[in-house]
Amino acid sequence: MAKKKNRAPTTALANAGPNDDIGEETRRRLYEVQVIIREAEQRAFDLFLQNLVKGTSHLSLGQEAIAAGFAVAMRPSDLSFCTYRGHAHTLARGVPIEKVLGELMQRDNGLMRGKGGSMHLTSVEHGVMGSYAIIGAHLPIACGAALRAQYKGADDVSVCFFGDGTTNIGAFHEALNFAAVWKLPVVFVCENNLYMEYTPIGEVTAVAHPAADRASAYGLERIVIDGNDADAVYRVAQTAFARARAGEGPSLIECLTYRHSGHSRADPAKYRPEGELERWKERDPIKIYRERLIQFGFEETAIAAIEANVRRMVEDATATCKAAAPPAVEILFSDVYADGGWAWRN
Amino acid sequence: MPIPVLMPALSPTMEKGNLAKWLKSEGDKVRSGDVIAEIETDKATMEVEAADEGTLGRILVAEGTVDVPVNTPIAMILGEGEDAAALGAAAAAPAAPAAVAAPGERERVSPTVSSPAEAPVSDTVTMAAPAATAASAEPEVPPGTEMLTMTMREALRDAMAEEMRRDPDVFVMGEEVAEYQGAYKVTQGLLAEFGAARVIDTPITEHGFAGLGVGAALAGLKPIVEFMTFNFAMQAIDQIINSAAKTLYMSGGQMGCAIVFRGPNGAAARVGAQHSQDYSSWYSHIPGLTVIAPSTAADAKGLLKAAIRSPNPVVFLENEILYGHSFPVPRLDDFVLPIGRARVARAGDDVTIVAWSNGMSYALKAAEELASAGIAAEIIDLRTLRPLDTDSIVASVMKTGRCVVVEEGWQQSGVGAEIAARLIDRAFDYLDAPVMRVSGKDVPMPYAANLEKLALPSVGELVAAAKAVCYR
Repeated sequence: MAKKKNRAPTTALANAGPNDDIGEETRRRLYEVQVIIREAEQRAFDLFLQNLVKGTSHLSLGQEAIAAGFAVAMRPSDLSFCTYRGHAHTLARGVPIEKVLGELMQRDNGLMRGKGGSMHLTSVEHGVMGSYAIIGAHLPIACGAALRAQYKGADDVSVCFFGDGTTNIGAFHEALNFAAVWKLPVVFVCENNLYMEYTPIGEVTAVAHPAADRASAYGLERIVIDGNDADAVYRVAQTAFARARAGEGPSLIECLTYRHSGHSRADPAKYRPEGELERWKERDPIKIYRERLIQFGFEETAIAAIEANVRRMVEDATATCKAAAPPAVEILFSDVYADGGWAWRN
Repeated sequence: MPIPVLMPALSPTMEKGNLAKWLKSEGDKVRSGDVIAEIETDKATMEVEAADEGTLGRILVAEGTVDVPVNTPIAMILGEGEDAAALGAAAAAPAAPAAVAAPGERERVSPTVSSPAEAPVSDTVTMAAPAATAASAEPEVPPGTEMLTMTMREALRDAMAEEMRRDPDVFVMGEEVAEYQGAYKVTQGLLAEFGAARVIDTPITEHGFAGLGVGAALAGLKPIVEFMTFNFAMQAIDQIINSAAKTLYMSGGQMGCAIVFRGPNGAAARVGAQHSQDYSSWYSHIPGLTVIAPSTAADAKGLLKAAIRSPNPVVFLENEILYGHSFPVPRLDDFVLPIGRARVARAGDDVTIVAWSNGMSYALKAAEELASAGIAAEIIDLRTLRPLDTDSIVASVMKTGRCVVVEEGWQQSGVGAEIAARLIDRAFDYLDAPVMRVSGKDVPMPYAANLEKLALPSVGELVAAAKAVCYR
């Protein structure tokens, strides 16, 4: 564990800011969460290539700082809503890796016992209120959860993550409008990874910044941040959450980032211009944050220990999931209705 | 039978108006679409068209009468071959009680109107008070319960108000539900009693506010989402199906959605194809949803209260035409009906007619006509479309051996098709004739009155189908 505290940044790292506004323990957690996401998702991709993960999955490799920065700034009672690209946000809230990998591997130990899959990760006990695979649908839903907080006089915040492509669907605009009208405690987080599936977002969007440039239409501040810098994400999250908890309404934050892998499955992403991926890998959020930790006095051995611990967690989770049984066939007919059953009953 | 011409509404919220002028006289021939009278309110005047062909047999409300309630019969049109003598018989019809009256019902329900006519024919109140369910001999209303007369609109409002008093987590939202008190005035008075935090006017965003309701429900509130009509809810159907109905299952049982989506469904009158669709079969297709479609004010009240208490997402299909109709409703502190149970609205041994919502209007009239032809029809009012009370339908068909389903929606993949299939599964050996369907025609709803009438099921078609399965 690093011992030197409050050491001022010595280089011109973007968004580094003073050390003491974040602190050692939070920085350690921000790094650990990013590494958990990176290692677990790379494992998920390996398992996909081994045919142990089926269907489709959408990875956040390269986007880890956004999930980590927001989740670490959240309180346990805050609620997350994410898209089908939701492994990162689920893991970031503290859901065990084996629960996520188990779901992807169609095992009985999975988060939803194999009933949801990669695109519907949900863990209510961790505040992960579902992953939604219909673009735009979860923006109004997050507003509804925020309405509950307002209705009950609670101060929890709903945080809604979505991609740049979502900014062109009607639900984005419907949700921003009523969130602003009713001052709902909701934070909209656009992860602008530059591609709407396989198409550059700029080719299909009327403005340069698909989320931020729409903010003024709803009376909101224009916010664009470096989504590959977990400190910048953490700071903007704190500001937005404070605003929401104070009853001042929603925020819309555009985080610039880049998807290292393709849109889904084994998409090789050949549509990207040569050199683009390499340039963004120079700005790999985990690389940036590892350097940041050293800047702030973390010992190399302490950082390596975090990484080794996460790798061991991923290995253990993989072994557990490989040994786990498939879902019990009886559950096919459970949980259609709220009594736990299939047929409706009075 | 003579056909009543009812006092029309200039707007969905108009309750009464003045009969300014008659343009036809008793004895005049009229064709569908002929202007026969003019009515007026303080806001506008409107021409009354005949929807049916025949002779203007009797004028029931004199020219110059003020404050005539909407749906009051203002005249009778005689069909071909009918003469004025038929008017006497028709006038007596509403006094004939429906076959299954509530045990101990004290007040005979009077029609909604106090018109100057003698015993006007009303198509509003021929249904019995809620009686025993088909599957159970237990009465739903205790013997001796006092019955109040109220409109479907009032019963729905009372159900919401009672549940909002009972549970602070229940709230209602939708377009124009608060300040304007509902486009169809179903939420009348709720804002005044419960305030703006619990009666919420939304922007015009069906997908958005349906999703907002889902999110509130997932987080633990009990929203009632009003759609101005279910025609607009097609914008929201993704939230209803993908978000509300599937989430409990997708989350492995972690997160359920206790929400009611309600509003008028199906055809109203002369509003054309995009405002006249019946979504009964659409929603009843979906596992995870509960679908309710009441035909009486009592059922509407008891079932809406049950829907609001349900931990599952409920699609509650109302009917604009029925909103203004009056029915007996039991005066009970907490009248809650079981979801998923059909009701025998009329007992009979010869043929089973299955209906729900406004389809019951056709069924009850057809049963009267069939009775005069010596055929005793049993009417099953489904009340709930999912779960479908197959037991009650099968029990009736085992007795009658014949079944006709009336449905305002289209036949293909319809509720009637499903009932026919279930009867083949479970009552094949009891069927003495093929199951027949009387449905909306396979066209988008036309606007013109005569075409619209043809596109909808009719009492005549239902009578003919019932006779056909009885080989009569």
